[in-house]
Amino acid sequence: MIRLHNIHKTYVLDSGRQVQALKGIDLEIRDGEIFGVIGLSGAGKSTLIRIINMLERPTEGSVEVNGTELTSLNDAQLRAERRRIGMIFQQFNLLSSQTVSGNVAFPLLLERHADKSKVRERVLELLKLVGLEDKADVYPSELSGGQKQRVGIARALATDPKILLCDEATSALDPKTTASILRLLTSLRKKLGLTIVIITHQMEVIKECCDRVAVLDGGLISELGSTLEIFSTPKQDLTKRLVSAAVRRDVQDLLEHLKVHEKPEEGDALALELLFLGEKANDPVIVEVAERSRARISILGGAINHIQGQPLGNLVVELAGAPEVIENALKMLQEKVFRVTVLGYAAKGGQNHD
Amino acid sequence: MTDLLISMGLSPAASKITMLLAQGTADTLYMVLLATFISIILGVPLGVILLVTSKGYFWYSPRFYAVLGACVNALRSVPFIILMVAIIPFTKMLVGTSIGTTAAIVPLTVSTVPFLGRLVETSLKTVPYGLIEAAESMGTPPWKIISRVLLPEAMPELVQNFTLTLIVIIGASAMAGTIGGGGLGDIAIRYGYMRFQAGIMLATVVILIIMVQIAQLIGDTIARRVDHR
Ligand SMILES: Nc1ncnc2c1ncn2[C@@H]1O[C@H](COP(=O)(O)OP(=O)(O)OP(=O)(O)O)[C@@H](O)[C@H]1O
Ligand SMILES: [Mg+2]
Repeated sequence: MIRLHNIHKTYVLDSGRQVQALKGIDLEIRDGEIFGVIGLSGAGKSTLIRIINMLERPTEGSVEVNGTELTSLNDAQLRAERRRIGMIFQQFNLLSSQTVSGNVAFPLLLERHADKSKVRERVLELLKLVGLEDKADVYPSELSGGQKQRVGIARALATDPKILLCDEATSALDPKTTASILRLLTSLRKKLGLTIVIITHQMEVIKECCDRVAVLDGGLISELGSTLEIFSTPKQDLTKRLVSAAVRRDVQDLLEHLKVHEKPEEGDALALELLFLGEKANDPVIVEVAERSRARISILGGAINHIQGQPLGNLVVELAGAPEVIENALKMLQEKVFRVTVLGYAAKGGQNHD
Repeated sequence: MTDLLISMGLSPAASKITMLLAQGTADTLYMVLLATFISIILGVPLGVILLVTSKGYFWYSPRFYAVLGACVNALRSVPFIILMVAIIPFTKMLVGTSIGTTAAIVPLTVSTVPFLGRLVETSLKTVPYGLIEAAESMGTPPWKIISRVLLPEAMPELVQNFTLTLIVIIGASAMAGTIGGGGLGDIAIRYGYMRFQAGIMLATVVILIIMVQIAQLIGDTIARRVDHR
């Protein structure tokens, strides 16, 4: 469990000017979850994650990790505590002077009476865990970005921490490698019971693997919720922007071109946006409603996005028929579908494109 | 030795000169290698201290850094020949005499330690700060960050620094020779300058050039070997 309470961080620049990077963060990250923090550049993401292992001391507030209040520890105690919190970085930060196994062994060899053969054994075990057992004796300069990050992960997990902090860990990688690293993190979470904190500016990363996400804006958390919630019902403008950049554009484009009016005229169809969540996205709801209500339902467009592998479906439909029939169908849809948004009435005959 | 050379067909005069140069070379090597070694022993810690007390590092201390930095700069700005004379009392205190090859090691070292210290500081600064942070995030104590991150990561640059120091000391040792330090510089002055034996002068210069070349070659090779970036 990571508990941040009323975290403020103010940097004082050489010029004497103060920069308030964090302005009062309250956050609880549960054991075993993958928690994402997203925000624009300069929002304070790196500052926030670095406060969790006290690479950065907060100006104010408390940091509780694994039940220990970190702000009250002395340097030696803090070092001991840090061995229970792993961290990986955007630039990997591997030692170029050490081989892969040397890098992974680094935290293990800090222990006073490290047993060399045990260390070697543990290193190989870790390399196997990240799928690099054949690279033990090469230098990092010979590895690809994704492989370097795997070494970083193995090194971060060497001391068997229960928490892994990832600061833009995939930002230097191409989309395919990013996906493979995120898959690795997800599988490690399960295998090792890790709590993972992911800092990113890529909504794709959140969408792929986070259980919950906090949106950081100007040093404050502007929105927090499950990833599915954030993607399905973003509230703040910033969140909406971030989400719309990461989901399939089909529905958005359709909505922008759809011509509707508020007052129904004789014979108008009712345009709706339907949102399906999780398993329900696959149910034959539309067919069922059409059959039972006798409304004529035409599908204008739709898209399915996968959030952590779970489907999140958007569908834009028009209901046509007698007013009572439309009303009845609307009611039925509202019962079955996660969210129904009434867009307005469209002239009969379907949509009018520009 | 001289007899051996004569029996090998060298004229007595040539044999004597050869022996002279050999002795000078040995003296110079002794001065240079020992002075370089001591300079490294003292200069690396100096560079480390300069680095870790400078802004942004874990023992940042503006006052300490400013004072130490000023001392280093002051020492560096004194020309070697003047430094050598100026610290004669100190040299006497340390080795009992101010004349000869052993005595010359003292000013050679005193003048190169601050020089190497700055070089080391600059080299260590090239180690990406992220590496220090990564080490900190793993609970590495400061002195292990120095020994296991900063020094190994900067090793290629450090080896170049040591090479440069060695070469600077070779040059300075020749200067030290001119005022009683012994070695090739001493020979160049006594025979080449005072007795107008241009041949001997030239020979000492050639030997010095060869020494520098070899030093550079070895330095470059080692630097390349320890560089895995
Ligand atoms: N060491 C520092 N000294 C002074 N100001 C800093 C320091 N670190 C961060 N800041 C400032 O604090 C604010 C937040 O920085 P932070 O690095 O946490 O943002 P970020 O969300 O990680 O941004 P990015 O996506 O660009 O990495 C920025 O305005 C930044 O300029
Ligand atoms: Mg950042």
